This record gives sequence, C-alpha cells and structure tokens, in this order.
Amino acid sequence: MNKSAPVVEIRDLHKHFAGIEVLRGINLKVERGQTVSILGSSGSGKSTMLRCINWLEVPDTGEIYIGGDRMGVKSGGGKAMSNRELAAMRARTAMVFQSFNLWPHLTVLQNVTEAPIHVMGVSRKEANDQAVALLEKVGLSHKHDAYPWSLSGGQRQRVAIARALAMNPQVILFDEPTSALDPELVGEVLAVMRSLAEDGFTMVIVTHEMEFARAVSNEVVFIEKGQIIERAAPEKFFTNSDSERVRQFLGRYRTTTA
Amino acid sequence: MNGIEMLWDNLDVFAAGLQNTLILFGVSSACSFMLACVIAFLLEGQDNLFRRLVRWALDLMRMLPFLIFLYLLYYGLPNLGISLDVWSAGFIALITYHGAYFAEILRAARTALPAGQAEAAYAHGFVNSNMYWRILLPQMVMRSGPLFGNQLVCLLKDTAFLSIITLMDLTAAASAVQAKYFVPLPPFIFVIALYWSITLLVEALLRRLGRRAQKRGLVHE
Repeated sequence: MNKSAPVVEIRDLHKHFAGIEVLRGINLKVERGQTVSILGSSGSGKSTMLRCINWLEVPDTGEIYIGGDRMGVKSGGGKAMSNRELAAMRARTAMVFQSFNLWPHLTVLQNVTEAPIHVMGVSRKEANDQAVALLEKVGLSHKHDAYPWSLSGGQRQRVAIARALAMNPQVILFDEPTSALDPELVGEVLAVMRSLAEDGFTMVIVTHEMEFARAVSNEVVFIEKGQIIERAAPEKFFTNSDSERVRQFLGRYRTTTA
Repeated sequence: MNGIEMLWDNLDVFAAGLQNTLILFGVSSACSFMLACVIAFLLEGQDNLFRRLVRWALDLMRMLPFLIFLYLLYYGLPNLGISLDVWSAGFIALITYHGAYFAEILRAARTALPAGQAEAAYAHGFVNSNMYWRILLPQMVMRSGPLFGNQLVCLLKDTAFLSIITLMDLTAAASAVQAKYFVPLPPFIFVIALYWSITLLVEALLRRLGRRAQKRGLVHE
C-alpha cells in the first residue's frame, strides 16, 4: 500500500453485459478523505462502476487500484488473483448496499463482528468492543441482540454502515444506500453518512439524493451512458455546470421534486 | 397367549431391534446431513465440469430405488472383491442415498437465497469457504426445517429395508416374533407405534430448529 497513492483509482474501465456496453472507458481518482458522489440516470452504469471497484463485477478491460495496489489481478502479470488474494484486497474496502444485505441469521452485534473475527482474525473481545462503539455511533446501542428482520429499513442500513466501518476500510462504497427506504427514514441514514464525511472517511456514493450530494460531497461525478461527462465541485455542478446534459438532468430533477 | 403377553415375553427382542434401528437412524441422519453440507459446498460456485458431474451423480442416486442400491452394495460388490458386513453396507447405503436427498434440499435452499447475501460476504473480504459455512449454510439449514423432517422420516422408514439383508433392526424383530407364533398383528402394530414415536421425537427436535428460524424471520408460520 502506498500512502500517497489515491485511495481508489479507476483506469479506462470497460464492462459489458449481454452485448450492451455498460461502461465505456471510466477514469476516476478518489483521494484520501474525499467524499465523491456519483450521479446519473438509471442505467447509466454508475452502480456497475461501483461494483467493479471491489470486483463484485469483473471488468472486461481497465484497471482498478486500491491504495496503489491492483485489484483482482496479480502484480507483474495479467493473471487473476486467487480467491484468498482477492478477499484480502476486498477487505480493504467495504460496501453498503441498496437492499442492506444484512445477514438475517445473525444478531445486529454479530453482523458487525462477523467479518472482523472471521476475516481479519480480530479477537472476539476486541471485535465486540469495537462493534458496541460503532453501534453507538450509528445510534443503535439498544438493538445489539435484535435480528435484522425486526428493524426498520433505516435501522438496517445503519447496521450495514456499522458493519462496513468495522472493517476499518480505506474506502466505503455506497450503492444507492437510501433508494430502498421510506422517505421518512432517509434522513437518519444520511445523517450518519454526513457524520462519516465530517470524520474524514473516504467514501464513494452512488446516489439520487441531490441535496445530500450537494451538501456533503467534495466532488460530484456525473455518468451518462457509461462515461463520465462531468466532474466538478458540488457548488459548480449544481449551479453552473458546463455540461448541457447535466443542466438538463438537474432541471428535470427540480421539476419532479418541486 | 394374548397379544400383550406375546410382546411382554419378547421385550428383549424388540429392545435389541429398537436399539439397532436407533443407531442406524441416528448415525445415518447425522452423517448424511454432514455429507450433504459438503456436497452443497462443492456445488457452490460457477458451473464447471466437476460440478456438473456432482449434480449428475446426485440425480443418479436419487432415481435409484433404495433396495436395489442396498443389494448392489451388499450382494454386488463382493463380485468386485469388496465384501461389506451388513452394518457397513447399511450405513453406506443410508448415508449416501439420503445424503443425496439432503444435498438436493440444501441446493434448493441455496437457489432461494438472495444474491446479496453472498455479495455482502465477498464485499467484506470473505473467502468462498468461510462465506459458505458461516453465512450461507446456516440460513439454508434454518430455512429447510420442514423438508429435513420429511426426509428424516423417509430415512427412518428405509432402515427397515436392512432387515432384508439380515440386520436385526426393529422390523426384523417384529418378523422374528411373528414367525415364532404365526400371529402377525401384535408385533407389527407394536413396532409401528415405536416407529411413530421416533418420528414424533424427530419432529419435536425440528420444531426447535423452526423456532430458531422464526426468531430470525427466515420462515413464517
């Protein structure tokens, strides 16, 4: 791992599904402590891009680097990483999913300690202490022994965020974290994410929450048809984008939510 | 001699038969379940030649009548120079045959799991094996309680076939007593009651599994 390297670097990423080119040459760098929001209409390829970062989708061509180290491919050659090497690379990142994907057979506390104990080899005691602190951070201290099914969507997503943080990841990837939530539950999840941004966590967030992206991001990236067509600071992006397409997208968003 | 006396005088025969049936059933249930967990693990991952062969072997095993499988092991293998005693033949037959069925139950449960379960594990750095044993398998098992119950009852009934190759199980005990007095009803009704009691016990145990699953919202009443 190289301290000065970007936390995430994507080089010329291409991906197609069933003959359709979903990603057509994505280049992106995310520096330490940055919060980058990825916007774009449905089907633009933004979730696929995020899922290529931790190799849940294997790119057709292009390269992903986490802290300067190549993801998914052995150094010094084009050979795919072994299962174990890939898992070790993935453990440097964490992901929060649209549909939460908590493990239903485990309690809230166990969901948070599972990967530290069984992936990173942390002692049960240490993992428990850390999980207790993280659950307090996301406001769920009273839910240690609950099972996920008994929680609201917002609570589930906050557990998922605690589970991600428990990996001490270099970057947290958020894949539309509030899209499956009732509107009244969105706020509690965004509040947690906002506090993470303030604490300096590196985050890549695929989202449709424009206000949130504007308030919290250091940078906003707009993807259209598998390509990045605009990268800008949030103020510029939302008020004065150079891209006609972005202005059109934002205009439609304003008219539908006004 | 009335029926009660007949049973009373031969209690030791029934007790020995019951003990053997319980041993067969208990050991075979546990081993076939473990075998199924391993088979389901081998099937975990992308389709390839090996996994296709495993699935093909499972299908083959499931289409075979149990008694013929037992005959193959006990009477057929000696032709190839492998002689098994009745217990070995019985265990191997029960464990592999019902292991295939249990594996099929687990495979169905696996396909019913949301893709996000494995994805979340991969995203948090799990390797395949850890992910399977810790994240997927517990959910597959908890969701399959009623099907396991059904399969265990089938396994219990199949232990009776072993009396044909002279293993002294509960069915063999009933046959022996019947042959002694030429009165079939009391001994057979008695062992039916015993088989039934064992299935009640099995279902009580599976209800506990069911409660674990319900507590986690994995199954609904």
